[in-house]
Amino acid sequence: MQLIQRKQSTFLTSLVSVLLGMLVGAVMMLVAGYDPIQAYAALLSSAFLMPYDIGETIRTISPLILTGLAVGLAYRTGLFNIGVEGQFIIGQLAATIIALKLDLPPVIHAVVAVIAGAIGGALWAFLPGLLKATRGVHEVIVTIMMNFIALYLSNVLVRNWLSAGADSTEKIPSSASLRWDSLSSLFGGARIHMGIFIALASALFMYYLLWRTTSGFELRAVGFNPDASEYAGMSVKRSLILSMMISGSFAGLAGASELLGTSGYLAIQGAHTGIGFDGIAVALLGANTPGGILLAASLFGILTYGGSNMQFVEGVPFEVVRVVFAAIILFVAANIVRWGTQKFRKKAVKEHA
Amino acid sequence: MLDVLTNILQTTVLYATPLILAAIGGLFSERSGVVNIGLEGLMTIGAFTGAVVTLATHNPWIGLLAAIVAGILFALPHAVASITFKADQVVSGVAINFLALGVSVYLVKSLYDGAAQTPTVKETLTRLPIPGLDQIPVIGPALFNAFPTTYLAILVVIITYFLLYRTPFGMRLRAVGEHPRAAETMGVNVFRMRYIAVLISGALAGAGGAGLSIAIGSEFNQTTVAGQGFISLAALIFGKWNPFGVLGAATFFGFAVGLALIGQIFGLTTYIPSEVLNMLPYILTILALAGFVGRAEGPAAVGKPYETGGR
Amino acid sequence: MNIVEMKGITKSFPGIVANDRIHLEVKEGEIHALLGENGAGKSTLMNILFGLYQPDEGEIWIKGKQVQITGPNMAGELGIGMVHQHFMLVEPFTVTENIILGNEPVKGGWIDRDGAEREVREISDRYGLRVDPRARIQDISVGMQQRVEILKMLYRGADILIFDEPTAVLSPQEIQELMGIMNNLVEEGKTIIFITHKLKEIMQVCDTVTVIRRGKFIDRVKVEEMDENRLASMMVGREVSFAVEKEAAKPKETVLSIEGLHVTDSRGVGVVNGLDLEVRAGEIVGIAGVDGNGQTELLEAIAGLRKVQKGKIQLNNSEITNQRPREITERGVGHIPEDRHRRGLVLDFTIGENMVLQTYYQSPFARGIHLQYDQIHQYAERLVKEFDVRTPDIHTPARALSGGNQQKGIIAREMDRNPDLLIAAQPTRGLDVGAIEFIHKRLVEQRDKGKAVLLMSLELDEVMKLSDRVAVIYEGKIAGWVNPQTTTQEEVGLLMAGGSTGTEVKH
Repeated sequence: MQLIQRKQSTFLTSLVSVLLGMLVGAVMMLVAGYDPIQAYAALLSSAFLMPYDIGETIRTISPLILTGLAVGLAYRTGLFNIGVEGQFIIGQLAATIIALKLDLPPVIHAVVAVIAGAIGGALWAFLPGLLKATRGVHEVIVTIMMNFIALYLSNVLVRNWLSAGADSTEKIPSSASLRWDSLSSLFGGARIHMGIFIALASALFMYYLLWRTTSGFELRAVGFNPDASEYAGMSVKRSLILSMMISGSFAGLAGASELLGTSGYLAIQGAHTGIGFDGIAVALLGANTPGGILLAASLFGILTYGGSNMQFVEGVPFEVVRVVFAAIILFVAANIVRWGTQKFRKKAVKEHA
Repeated sequence: MLDVLTNILQTTVLYATPLILAAIGGLFSERSGVVNIGLEGLMTIGAFTGAVVTLATHNPWIGLLAAIVAGILFALPHAVASITFKADQVVSGVAINFLALGVSVYLVKSLYDGAAQTPTVKETLTRLPIPGLDQIPVIGPALFNAFPTTYLAILVVIITYFLLYRTPFGMRLRAVGEHPRAAETMGVNVFRMRYIAVLISGALAGAGGAGLSIAIGSEFNQTTVAGQGFISLAALIFGKWNPFGVLGAATFFGFAVGLALIGQIFGLTTYIPSEVLNMLPYILTILALAGFVGRAEGPAAVGKPYETGGR
Repeated sequence: MNIVEMKGITKSFPGIVANDRIHLEVKEGEIHALLGENGAGKSTLMNILFGLYQPDEGEIWIKGKQVQITGPNMAGELGIGMVHQHFMLVEPFTVTENIILGNEPVKGGWIDRDGAEREVREISDRYGLRVDPRARIQDISVGMQQRVEILKMLYRGADILIFDEPTAVLSPQEIQELMGIMNNLVEEGKTIIFITHKLKEIMQVCDTVTVIRRGKFIDRVKVEEMDENRLASMMVGREVSFAVEKEAAKPKETVLSIEGLHVTDSRGVGVVNGLDLEVRAGEIVGIAGVDGNGQTELLEAIAGLRKVQKGKIQLNNSEITNQRPREITERGVGHIPEDRHRRGLVLDFTIGENMVLQTYYQSPFARGIHLQYDQIHQYAERLVKEFDVRTPDIHTPARALSGGNQQKGIIAREMDRNPDLLIAAQPTRGLDVGAIEFIHKRLVEQRDKGKAVLLMSLELDEVMKLSDRVAVIYEGKIAGWVNPQTTTQEEVGLLMAGGSTGTEVKH
């Protein structure tokens, strides 16, 4: 009974927050003199208009699922992985290295590159996990710092090792690509790739791990109460490190599949892309459950892809979508619905008495 | 050789200034018990507002003032979410970062016909020599022929020190960050103290951001701030939440940032890639946190929402 | 004259009515006890008087005037001060800084530190508190910290002083000192409201006592017309027998033996310093002592939760020193932890999941790495029934249960594993009398099944009633053994304070 209520209120919170966030976006458009209704209409319709658009939307959703899972899984163990951004970059980097430096037969090449990406992300998340477990250092600050180190590491390697002083690497060989022509042609030649299957499998994995295995029991217990977990004979340190590494591997998978499926080369970046933040947004809106994350990633994916078309069609700068995301997160975090119902309940109690 | 030294010193002071301002802003917030990951966003909105208002009014001082106001305005949602609504302060701060970046880039595009950056600001803040002192060799040109924001930053550090340790306001601020319930039972209004602190952090980070767009640089675009808010956060931790510690840490990180930029001039980057120099502040902060470079421990109640009465 | 009058105070929180039309009348210059069980509503009432909560209904009169106390500031203006059960002190601040916080003397815009220190010293001397104004809170003893709390009130000129369970953290000697200080304060014209559930202390210092039970006012009586038994039955609502029914113990072979144990606390300070202890099958050994004498660390060391620096712990003649908690559990140690919310339960897990907190990986609850929820649920259903854990169902989060039922859940889990040694740390803290009786009975049952029980409690009465032998711990060592049947409270009190007597009844 209570559980159902809690689930309902989570869903309600998410829904209200999304609507309020879009309202903030509408106000932003009005301020700058655009028509929000037309803009939103363009946004939503363009995401579904043609098979091509649907394919592109799915492509946009795939990394959002993976980064959402990364944030959500860590959160279940009581860890806030702000480092998804950096782990994503390392995932890209590892996949690029395998793709460019190894010569393997098709399929195997791609599989090895994807696995390398997952391992890269996991290793990049290992250090914050280790520091948290052994020295009690807060993972938020460490992962933020690791994000920048990853960025500069990737840049220095692209310039000095993976290319001859250029700003980007050459294209990866097709043997390592995640593109699949039949899939692409099904969606009117969209850049949809195998990444979506990796993402869906990862969501399934997260569910099974957390709620069906003994390790998952430990991860969740540690997340809720590390002292009681220690008392019950679980290794809190092991759980923290494991959780960070699985989380990092999801982020690494996102990076690898984006690189091997979508962009096809690694470029020097001046700043972070914000993919890690998107993961936080997705996980938070999806209440850190695999199902919720799939839904939230779909919503953000539609907004992102539709938003870029909206810029094209209606001339509304794409950044308004980023503002909508940020506003949604603020509303979800502030738990605006709970706050409202609490006010209401307090009043009711008073009147009753 | 002396020229090189002067140059390095000058660059260090130049790049340390915004970091000092933003980090001291963070100090106020965190000393009151509110984590402020949003420094990056507050700097961004400050940089944006500084550039746009200066372009409109042709007066950088009004631009600086507007940046401070904008910083306060964007710190407000962080305060409301994390103090009144007891949201997770880290999440709220992250959201502020993206809100600020989204809003400012969106507005730049809207204001300047879809351009990704503002036009060049012609009337920037200019170096203000202090007669006599600026003639001292080496340090004179760096310290006493600096931008007004630099003098402001140093003044802010000194004022913060006395405010924090010598006045009732400072004592209450620190008490609220260490043990809010104790402070409340002594009649200190925890919510009000935290609001004031977060808004001060907005003002200072806003000023720091303006320093990037109308003093060091002369335009605003998506990468104007590019992580300097996070370096400020690092400086706050590395400086152990202490005003002069923060001054030292921010200066050192300013040196690292500056070196990465001017390294080419001395040919330094042929031996060490500039990216490695860029990494330095972040690596050092991790080492500091891990306890290899002195243990960094924040205020006891930082990050914890406060509930009045509490049951 | 009544200096404080609270009339018909009602305060509810979602789900419970904490205060239901309570009356409190306190005369000027008296020590007035507010007596009630844990959860009776004492703290809520005092938080209302101190302005931290607003009552839903009722009137408050202070010094003959009706008032609305909107916050601690207002309470301060009315002359009301409170020594909280959990000290409200900023650790890195000095004594003086803590005292002046919120009310800082200012000279030319700056805090007048010297003036403040002088004043603090003056007040401290006047009431015989002997506090160093420059010491940092983190460096001074618990008793001293409490005196800083008292100074905070006096500095603000409070004349109505609320003491919220002030003796829980003190040694018997410090309690005597506190009683002396309270008498001094009353002589100087202060009025004291003394919140407690300890009858002896009421009999010793109080003039009047107001009894509340389950949020309701029961009676107000003069202490001189009362005795402990009558106060107890007023507090609980029925006759309570202080005795626990049990037969003489029939101890057998040694189950737990500890030799020369050294353990440090989290700051690396030695808190268990060469301790020896032995518990045999079929007996309850009680550990008596003032909080902070190494009890917590001793039990954590046995359970593998804290590192042993030196010494040996043996279970059934094989060494378990510094083994992991899991190995120790598997070898037959059950542990009812001191803090059930911090250690005992994962509050956001269901009751069902909490029942297998240590055994989820074993057959039949898991097959390989796969959890077998059918088995887990069946098992939990059985325990909930057998131990009378009141819960809507086993899928309810542990957080939603009452404290008594949470504790019953833990006891069910720990006893059902049938451990050779059961460690029970403060097993009845914060529970009502019904739950306390249930738990006491189960502990004796465990003993009678031939298991070893090691009981630690800060309530001396509980240790004396339940144990077959009592070890008094002082500064991390066993200061002496006493036979609870033949010893006197005075004797134990002396040992607890580091005195060196006690009848040798080691075996």
